[in-house]
Amino acid sequence: MRDALVADVVGFARSLRAAGLPIGIDQIARCTEALALIDPPSRRNAYLAARATLVYRQPDLAVFDREFARWLGDPTAEPQPMPRAPRHGPKASNYTALVAYMAQRANPSDPEADVPEQRKAASATELLHSCDFADCTDDERRALARAMRELRLDVARRTSRRFQPAHAGDRLDLPRIVRDAAKHGGVPAQLARRRAKIKSRPLIVIADISGSMELYARLLLQFLHGLEHRHRPTEVFVFGTRLTRITHELALRDPDEALDRAARAISDYGGGTRIADSLHELNRRYARRFVKGGAVVLILSDGWETGDPAALAAEVAKLHARAHRLVWLNPLLGREGYEPRVRGMAAALAHIDDFLPIHNLNALEQLARHLSKLPRRKGALVS
Amino acid sequence: MTLDPRAPEVGTDDDRARLESRTIDRDQLARALERAGYIADDALVMTLFLALRMERGLFVEGAPGVGKTLLAVTLAEIFETPLIRLQCYEGLDLANAAYEWNYPRQLLEVQAGRGGDLYRDEFLLRRPLLQAIDASHARAPVLLVDEIDRADEEFEAYLLELLGDFQITIPELGTLRAKHRPIAILTSNRTREVHDALKRRCLYHWIEYPSAEREVAIVRARVPELDAVLCTRVVAFVQALRKVELAKPPGVAETVDWATALHHLGATRLDAAIARPTLGLLLKYVDDVERAGGPLLDDLLGATDA
Repeated sequence: MRDALVADVVGFARSLRAAGLPIGIDQIARCTEALALIDPPSRRNAYLAARATLVYRQPDLAVFDREFARWLGDPTAEPQPMPRAPRHGPKASNYTALVAYMAQRANPSDPEADVPEQRKAASATELLHSCDFADCTDDERRALARAMRELRLDVARRTSRRFQPAHAGDRLDLPRIVRDAAKHGGVPAQLARRRAKIKSRPLIVIADISGSMELYARLLLQFLHGLEHRHRPTEVFVFGTRLTRITHELALRDPDEALDRAARAISDYGGGTRIADSLHELNRRYARRFVKGGAVVLILSDGWETGDPAALAAEVAKLHARAHRLVWLNPLLGREGYEPRVRGMAAALAHIDDFLPIHNLNALEQLARHLSKLPRRKGALVS
Repeated sequence: MTLDPRAPEVGTDDDRARLESRTIDRDQLARALERAGYIADDALVMTLFLALRMERGLFVEGAPGVGKTLLAVTLAEIFETPLIRLQCYEGLDLANAAYEWNYPRQLLEVQAGRGGDLYRDEFLLRRPLLQAIDASHARAPVLLVDEIDRADEEFEAYLLELLGDFQITIPELGTLRAKHRPIAILTSNRTREVHDALKRRCLYHWIEYPSAEREVAIVRARVPELDAVLCTRVVAFVQALRKVELAKPPGVAETVDWATALHHLGATRLDAAIARPTLGLLLKYVDDVERAGGPLLDDLLGATDA
């Protein structure tokens, strides 16, 4: 009887595994133990006992329900609507702003590709540093990517409430003092010290990838991607008409490919940029989980909002309240004579800590320097 | 059977003799919870029953205010056993969670030159986790590790040994093992994902917002003085409110608070005049209060007439 039960559970566990649930041997043992305990062994009880022992993540519950119904051969017995991931039909176009951009670049008669006269005077490196990403040739962009790998980003850190031994620490390390005193006949000969550990701040990037912004988003992500291993945790979201979290994709794929996929999904919807809606989604769904622990938030966008600027201001204010530092990166800021007159941008300005350009390598370097000097106090000025 | 949750006596003498966490059957458990004023659905009763019988920790997740912490409090009440509570926070470390040596006393001991062992029991300060597996308990205590998602990830590793084998290893002393395995309840608001290794050592339960029917039962159990019709309307209002997109939807704890407030205000019916000024008991963000207090309020009140 027990053997038959085990065989049954193993079979069921296999189908759960096939459906993507991580089921270990220990859980199979536990489930068998649980099923032997239930009385009466009704379908509902078996369902509840198996669920309590096999599932340990909330999103897995729906998968479990479906598999359980299938396992017992009666799909109507446990009717649980399966939440469906949004899908995009095959008719979805592969068109992205970058494809358009590259097609344009490939065209040799493109007037933008001509090198302006004034550049001849400056050295190649200087040119590379001050060249707007949007005005670079493909060769220059490759050189930029190489140069970017040399940049370092060291986001200012914060003190944790945990301690580590340190010679010049600001607090006494009592456990060590006692151990030391025991060795020296009760005299604490050396006052061991400790200090608070230093923790890195979470970095959250929210990049606009609609239209011309995509190119800058690509470069920023390329820049951050190289740092991923050095700077954790980093969360990345992109938006056009709606918000998509691409942290996982970035960990698995090349940033270009991850962005292509996100851009394809978003280009289905067309229309203007809904920054307010996207930030609303971020505030509602993700902010509580990710924007905490003294987080630094980077928003990359030109602030061209097609919706209500007041709504945008409200969402930026909410995000600002949660973040330690809110930095808005606007490539247009690098253009001569640019003023943030766009209604959305003007509305958001009141609620951000820093407003920085991100149009060339110099701007990226400036950003890295800026982030490394963030003050401890929220809202304080960078010296 | 009369249902009087506020009665100081939780079980009858007969029940008490039988209510031992490791031998209780499911019906007894369901009845005991109900008598203690905790209205649980059959899924929660099943998971809880299995956790008790299989001597496993129970990992409870759910939105704030659905009764995760209350569950542990209620269990301690039912089994008449101490509740040992560890509130998690960022930076929580071993010294605050498990044990710490009493350094001033150790120093004095060394200076007195008695030359005894510095790492013996009398110098050990017992923090909640160590208290929970202390052999001096007559029966299994309830260990509540509250809001574990607030603690940082390093802390989860400390819990693995405790929850796997209900033991704590102190390098200077050796391994201390629980005589009576504590009834361990871990709660999380899911502000971050807790590591799978920890969850796998426990049974898992996700508490949903209750159905209207169950929520009425909960409010009746907690605020029995409130008029029955008003209670139904209060719950209908809150249930409608949860369907609105809010920064923080009201939990059951908020419904109970609101019902209690309405009772103290001597309310006999639910209308805009009484609802608007008391919305702060349900909603904790000014945006939410403004939203619900606006034109939406009439819709919400309308929903309670059905």
